[in-house]
Amino acid sequence: MPIHDQGYRRYAGDRTLHGRGWWVIARAGLMDRLRERRFLGLLLLAWLPFVVRAVQLYIGQTIGRGVLFAPSEGTFQLFLDQQRLFVFFITIYAGAGLIAGDRQSRALQIYLSKPITRNDYIAGKLLTLAIFLVAVTWVPAMLLLVLQVLFSGSVEFVTGHPRLVPAITLASALQVTLAVLTMLALSSLSGSRRFAAMLYAAIAIFAGAIARVLQASTGHAGWVLLSPESTLLVVTDAIFGAGSDAAIPLAVAIGALAAVLAACILILERRVRAVDVVA
Amino acid sequence: MNAQPAVSLERVTVKYGRHEALRDVSAEFPPGAIGLLGPNGAGKSTLIKALLGLLPPASGRMRVLGYDVTESPLAVRARVGYMPEGDAHIPGMTAVAFVSYCGELAGLPRAGAMQRAHEVLFYVGLGEARYRNVETYSTGMKQRIKLAQALVHDPDLLFLDEPTNGMDPKGRDEMLALVRDIATTKAISIVLSSHLLPDVEYACSDVVVLHKGAVATQGPISALKGTSGRVFELRVKGDEAGFADALRAEGLECHADVAGALRVFVPEERGSRPLFQLAVRHGVQVRHLRASVPSLEDVFARALDGDL
Repeated sequence: MPIHDQGYRRYAGDRTLHGRGWWVIARAGLMDRLRERRFLGLLLLAWLPFVVRAVQLYIGQTIGRGVLFAPSEGTFQLFLDQQRLFVFFITIYAGAGLIAGDRQSRALQIYLSKPITRNDYIAGKLLTLAIFLVAVTWVPAMLLLVLQVLFSGSVEFVTGHPRLVPAITLASALQVTLAVLTMLALSSLSGSRRFAAMLYAAIAIFAGAIARVLQASTGHAGWVLLSPESTLLVVTDAIFGAGSDAAIPLAVAIGALAAVLAACILILERRVRAVDVVA
Repeated sequence: MNAQPAVSLERVTVKYGRHEALRDVSAEFPPGAIGLLGPNGAGKSTLIKALLGLLPPASGRMRVLGYDVTESPLAVRARVGYMPEGDAHIPGMTAVAFVSYCGELAGLPRAGAMQRAHEVLFYVGLGEARYRNVETYSTGMKQRIKLAQALVHDPDLLFLDEPTNGMDPKGRDEMLALVRDIATTKAISIVLSSHLLPDVEYACSDVVVLHKGAVATQGPISALKGTSGRVFELRVKGDEAGFADALRAEGLECHADVAGALRVFVPEERGSRPLFQLAVRHGVQVRHLRASVPSLEDVFARALDGDL
């Protein structure tokens, strides 16, 4: 197009129907993060445990002859447990500014003046972080399972552990959902991504520490409910069929997690608005 | 352009908690450029947000471009553009990425949105700065980028909330010229919310005056200004307030303008003589008297009934 012709003209092209705004938001969020070398470095680092586990699986099938480094359901649970560290850092790095940044620059009124709903907006932001977290939890865990099949040359391990795939999927989904919803809710509380990151770190680290101290000093296992992360471990143990040393019933742990998730959704519902209404 | 009103409101009430920001508002905005006038806190921004479906009304009906706002807010927002009052942008983006992103959010395909972003940025005068991060823009440039994001999906109606806020005189003139061009040559209706009367008078043909959440007056600016009678701009020395009361007691409409002068409306047949007679009777000296023409400021002052 010649430069002299680059003025305003009426648009006669296609328009898509409403309903894909969430994907536009998610894609922009993903591309935004993937342009950062530091973040790419963090993602690569998060795959290091996968490489170590893959080598272990290989050794187990070759040198170990099925005895040394023999995989079990616990191997995969332990792997997901180890990935919590990377889930924590990625959540803070990629999640703290997701809504806080928009609040700071008053972008919510721009978003919500377009033909998208608040649910589209929240779904787009959720998906941005969730995709990164799934990429360092469920994806490498499932790849490990595929590698185990390839190295052993049979699907015996998978058929012998029929609940492993659903367990990995469910445990990853819970881990990711808890991290994403908590971070987004905290991010929506303030216009400062640093504040949101600090709040998340406080909940993830200090709540767990306080729960452990109180548990040790009072002898009551119920203090574990103070920490959503520790409560999640109780549920994850149950999913993988491992015995838990926490003395709280599974139903209570599930109820506590459900309450945390519901609180996050409530916060998002109240905070993600184009107009702040102070009643 | 069809004859259907761009916006129609039927007894709309919008509340923030218990406070009524809009009270039983009924109005029709014809296609074209409509000024939404009112002092700060009159409910202008609230009205625009309600028309976008961002604030649900407590009662009443609103239609924008034929769509019921409560029933079809997405259809409304697909066909309107909104330029918010304060600084607003999506962080970490260049201008072209920001505007293109807004186009995609409004339903344009990716390639189409990018092409439109370039075109619109050139149109608003940011062509040379389109690869700069929006956060590095000056206040005037931020106003222009807000206009660009509102235009990118080629809306049929634009809501502009104080578009000249914070702009220098040259930038303000350019922004108003753009607004007028959009309304007159691009066939896009505009609702221009402002507390600056000259801006509205320059860019709009019709006006709706809001005051304390209610419509004070509405109609074509030329009709509201009126053609009968004369206006005198008057400065006196002495008891100005008492003199103004005396003018009103004589049936002459008067109000103070922003510069502090009295603007007095005198029937065509009476001329300026009664003003001097009244001044003598009340012991004030007329220091300045100049024949003037009715302005939008007079319409505004009359509508607000001396609350200025």
